[in-house]
Amino acid sequence: MQSQFLLHMKNISKEFFGNPVLKNVNFQVRPGEVHALVGENGAGKSTLMNILFGMPVIHSTGGFQGEIEINGQPVAFDSPHQALDYGIGMVHQEFMLIPEFTVTENIKVGREISQPSLLSRVFGKELETLDREKMAWDARIALEEIGLNIEEHTLVAGLPVGYKQFVEIAREIDKTGIKLLVFDEPSAVLTESEAEKLLNIMRHIARKNIGIILITHRLGEVMAYADSVSVLRDGELVMRAEIKDTNILEIAEKMIGRKIERFVDSAAGHHDSREIALSLRNFHVDMPGEMVRGIDLDIWQGEIFGIGGLAGQGKLGIANGIMGLYSSRGEAEIFGRKFNPNKLGAALANDIAFVSEDRRGVGLLLNQSIEHNLVFSAMHTRNEFLLDLKIVKLYHRSKGRKHALDMIKLLDIRCTGPRQKTGSLSGGNQQKVCLARALTLKPKILIVSEPTRGIDIGAKKLVLEYLVHLNRQLGMTIIIISSELVELRSLCQRIAIIAGGKVARILQPDAPDAEFGLAMSGG
Amino acid sequence: MGRVKDILLRTVLNNKVVILFAILCIAAIYTAQNPLTFVASELFTRIGRNGFMVLALLIPVLAGMGLNFGIVIGAIAAQIAVFWTVYWGFEGSSGFLLCLLLSTPLAIFFGWLVGKLFNRMKGAEMIAGLILGYFADGLYQLFFLYIIGGIIPVSNPRLIISGGIGVKNTIDLTGNLKYSLDNISSGSMLTIACGAVILVTVVKIIAALAKREGIPKKTWLALAGALIMLGLVMLPPVSKLLSARRLLLLHGVLLALAAVIAKQAWLMINNRLIGRRKDYPLGPRFFLIALALAGVLLTCLKPAEEILMSVEIPIATYLCILGLYLFNAALLKTRLGQNMRTVGQSQTVAHAAGIDVNRTRIIAMIISTTLACWGQLIYLQNIGTFSTYGAHTQVGQYAIAALLVGGASVQKATAKQAVIGVILFHTLFIVAPQAGKELFNNAQLGEYFRVFVAYGVIAVSLAMHAWKTAMKPKKPLEA
Amino acid sequence: MFPWLRKVLANISLPHLIIVAFFLILLCSAAPLGLSIPSLISDTLRRWAMYGILVLAMVPAIQSGIGPNFGISLGIVGGLLGATISIEMGLTNPWAAVAVAMAIGGAIASVLGILYGLLLNRVKGSEMTVSTYVGFSVIAFMNIMWLSLPFSKGTLIWPLGGMGMRNNISLVDSFGHVFNNWFSFHLFGGEETGIFVPTGLIIVFLASCLLMGLFLRSKTGIAMSAAGENPAFTRAAGINVDKMRIIGTAISTALGAIGIIVYAQSYGFLQLYNAPLMMGFHCVAAILIGGASTKKATIANVLVGTFLFQGILAVALPVVNKILPESNLPDVIRIIISNGIILFALSKAKGGEVSG
Repeated sequence: MQSQFLLHMKNISKEFFGNPVLKNVNFQVRPGEVHALVGENGAGKSTLMNILFGMPVIHSTGGFQGEIEINGQPVAFDSPHQALDYGIGMVHQEFMLIPEFTVTENIKVGREISQPSLLSRVFGKELETLDREKMAWDARIALEEIGLNIEEHTLVAGLPVGYKQFVEIAREIDKTGIKLLVFDEPSAVLTESEAEKLLNIMRHIARKNIGIILITHRLGEVMAYADSVSVLRDGELVMRAEIKDTNILEIAEKMIGRKIERFVDSAAGHHDSREIALSLRNFHVDMPGEMVRGIDLDIWQGEIFGIGGLAGQGKLGIANGIMGLYSSRGEAEIFGRKFNPNKLGAALANDIAFVSEDRRGVGLLLNQSIEHNLVFSAMHTRNEFLLDLKIVKLYHRSKGRKHALDMIKLLDIRCTGPRQKTGSLSGGNQQKVCLARALTLKPKILIVSEPTRGIDIGAKKLVLEYLVHLNRQLGMTIIIISSELVELRSLCQRIAIIAGGKVARILQPDAPDAEFGLAMSGG
Repeated sequence: MGRVKDILLRTVLNNKVVILFAILCIAAIYTAQNPLTFVASELFTRIGRNGFMVLALLIPVLAGMGLNFGIVIGAIAAQIAVFWTVYWGFEGSSGFLLCLLLSTPLAIFFGWLVGKLFNRMKGAEMIAGLILGYFADGLYQLFFLYIIGGIIPVSNPRLIISGGIGVKNTIDLTGNLKYSLDNISSGSMLTIACGAVILVTVVKIIAALAKREGIPKKTWLALAGALIMLGLVMLPPVSKLLSARRLLLLHGVLLALAAVIAKQAWLMINNRLIGRRKDYPLGPRFFLIALALAGVLLTCLKPAEEILMSVEIPIATYLCILGLYLFNAALLKTRLGQNMRTVGQSQTVAHAAGIDVNRTRIIAMIISTTLACWGQLIYLQNIGTFSTYGAHTQVGQYAIAALLVGGASVQKATAKQAVIGVILFHTLFIVAPQAGKELFNNAQLGEYFRVFVAYGVIAVSLAMHAWKTAMKPKKPLEA
Repeated sequence: MFPWLRKVLANISLPHLIIVAFFLILLCSAAPLGLSIPSLISDTLRRWAMYGILVLAMVPAIQSGIGPNFGISLGIVGGLLGATISIEMGLTNPWAAVAVAMAIGGAIASVLGILYGLLLNRVKGSEMTVSTYVGFSVIAFMNIMWLSLPFSKGTLIWPLGGMGMRNNISLVDSFGHVFNNWFSFHLFGGEETGIFVPTGLIIVFLASCLLMGLFLRSKTGIAMSAAGENPAFTRAAGINVDKMRIIGTAISTALGAIGIIVYAQSYGFLQLYNAPLMMGFHCVAAILIGGASTKKATIANVLVGTFLFQGILAVALPVVNKILPESNLPDVIRIIISNGIILFALSKAKGGEVSG
């Protein structure tokens, strides 16, 4: 009996180390339809796809519950290669192409056509001679199929950026018996006209009875190009609908909607003074993967300001640009004073402290003690904790030790003592160390990026409460950058949503869910 | 006019290393005032001696493993085989054959080990290969100095140090392996080749008969051709003609030019007349033919003729180098070669495309090590004295320097660059001492200079490569 | 109970165990072979202190993130130049001679080190390969220089019409053994039977270690180590990572210059030409034997590593000579041990980085 679904994933559940990331998700794709999969970062989209492709990361973390059927036949893949054998392909977000190869070679990589030769008779199939003419012929057909008019023998390096993804699609099409294609955020790196062309090609492919899963956060695209949509939120399927039966507001609301609990009692600001603490004008940051393309922001003194948005949209770039870790353009002022973020350390000298989102990479010296981590920044920007012998400045151990003990107590850092290496601390305690190091600088503005990523609930609460405490009691201006919209909405007075490297909207925390959803999808 | 200038400029920029060294060589030849015939004959000896080894470096570059400093290990495999062959008293071509039989499995095994090790040190293959070479040299010394005679009983006063333990510093190969490959005459090679073809076709025919299939015409043709050829070679006048062991360079050059003309002519006929491709451009073909004819004319010039008449090249050795040249080209056209290219360009893409990355890299190392081993055999049989503890130590250094002088880089090296590199590097080697003497009245200076060139060119090339790699992630700020 | 003991034990790997065991076996076999233990100990002590500073030069290099400095030859060449210039000046007071040699050598090496650091900043990720060949090239270049530099002192150049400088330059008339003999004494016995303690040499070595230790605890030293451990972190604290790497490289190179002078005064000769070619490898091997990795090195690694490495050589030479007279087995052992340990450290450093 033929099932009406090409792909049917039934009751899929998955836990990572006791953390449920998918809960009883049902997911279906019909042949010949474009099915959009929508959700915030961390909603479970990529986990679902990893399960479909049988990625090693799933097996190494204890597998999953539920069943997968293709054309009504139950299947289980142990590796992505097996999925390919069943006609499931993936068009990657980052290009899996070799620039120094021709289009043909890229389309045929690993699947070259060859003929037996004298050598291959002796040494086996690997030494068969390539049949370049046949390969070019196949490539030509695949390119024509997606309506792309490029020469199959040009080098990929010479193609315009937008065309590279088409070559990838051609490669998937060329695989015999392709039934289901997954497009992972295909338009993220394309210009508008290129994206339009790509999506049209996608529809064109679907007409050949190939099922397509379109993973995206651009709701406009979903409305224009998809036939049906599934929305995931916090690992649950919250909606499955035909596009003709729904509208963009409903999808946005489903994507975001959840109950908001105010973390602090009143949203009433501390910022009566109306003095501008930090001001950015036409600010660009060149941070790969998080480009900022010209934003204007004014942050009041004494407020907790949130910056939200989906991954890759540029929210992280803002903080890293201000701190001088990536090169930037535009104007930046602190309390009315101009400063040049490109000069390394300029922000630190102007009383801005930063807690990085990349805790293990940027935030900590993992092989050094808590004590050393805590005093490091202050030692170098404020010349504190030093014993000045005129010729050299040596580390003042007793001062540093005392400060470390104070901080450990203040922030309740669970450790064996100030000599413990930060690499062996838990995520929450590591975050506390990062926070403590920033506070050691006694900043006027504190930028905290992804404050609660990967830390347990207890530590999360403590960290957030302490941020509020700093704001209320000490009047510190705090900028929180987070992918967790709930968190921003529970803490901040104003929230800027970044999409496409620009400020999409600045919203009050109690604005409707749909407004947040639309802002995040760039609408 | 502007276009010509553009092309010229680009050619100069793309080949700056080669041009620089060509100028250096010409200047050195000019100052050294060595007779050109001497330089030429030395050079052709050295090409025969070292060319194979340099070509052995190409495959790891292709597979993205950089310059294979580990070829020292292949050389070590060759030297172990040479020692035992001499010890057992084999001589001439049979001795050479025994060396091949002994050393090849050893080299394959070593290559496999090296490949395994390199897979554990991805991205650090070059430094690992370098250190591995030194490490292997230590083990080699331990083996030759203490284990041979010390643990393995070997007694031969010609080879063993008087105390009975350890191998002497130098082993004279005169009278056993010296010129054992160089001296194989073209006649015997033809005989062997014909024999091989006959053997293969006969096996084919028998197989076809056993399977009751028809035998293709081509097979019969090959058999007949080989038999006729064999008969021809056996004819006394022909066999006398072919008994030469060396080929006068003049004849060699003329043969090569004739081959160029024949190939171009075949290309024209094949495309225009047989393939009936009207748009096939004939211009470049005619140009090359004209160039070859001009070359023929040039050989008649007095100084050129003098050089060409004074140099003789060993046929078998040069054929081996030509064979390797063709092998490299052929490998590129196979599935394996394409896999190596893919792995070399991006291991991630290769893995996603279902290519076994580690296995491909190991195969590349096995091939390179084995070729290096054969290269060392060629080197030793030509030089005629086997310096037990020194012959292999500089092998990697000099082969790599030669390749780089030819314009190759860490990621890209072609057979053409290898050949140009060998010519330039060894010209410099030949004339540098004399040039040093003429210029500064000190031959030692020239010798130091050429060592400096060898190290310097590697240092610069490695630094350039690393610089480029480090620069890559940086992109200009988009507008 | 003893956290430091556990830490030490956790750092010991199989190659280190083999090396320590080998050293102990050598030591144990020395007495039955009738070798004089005091002279073995004197020898070990002398070699330990005379190689020590060269090995110490690896610490700032590794800590600043450029990794084991195979290009220490650059510093060595600077030191040799300083020493030859000092001899050419004809200083007869050994203290003045050694001071001038160190000053000139250190200055040349610092300048070279800064340039070298600039180069290494452009080749991040491939420092070891590049530095190895920069080291080789410098030695080859200096070979040309030694032949052509206009030195004229008789002790420096070949006599009678020869070109260029001697291979081995005696330091008897200048600063030979100046540190070794300062307050030196014999322990447990007399001239023949006691252990010779080269007090001055040991003091110079330990003082260098102390200074290095202080530097590593200074503001700059802490920043430099952080730059080596985590460049992103260090940048985020507003520190110029490239500058820190240059500082590390320059100090390493300058220590190479000082180190070779201390080495030469103990040896009694200045060795030019190809003698220092492989010295970088030995220094790298020594610090790795002491437990350092390509990313982290401490003073303790220097002290222990140099002692083990030089101790093995000091003991192996007479022991092997007793068993196999006139063999160069110790040399072979040195080649195997030093390159084996480097190879091991490399496989550890890159072992985790397997893609595909």
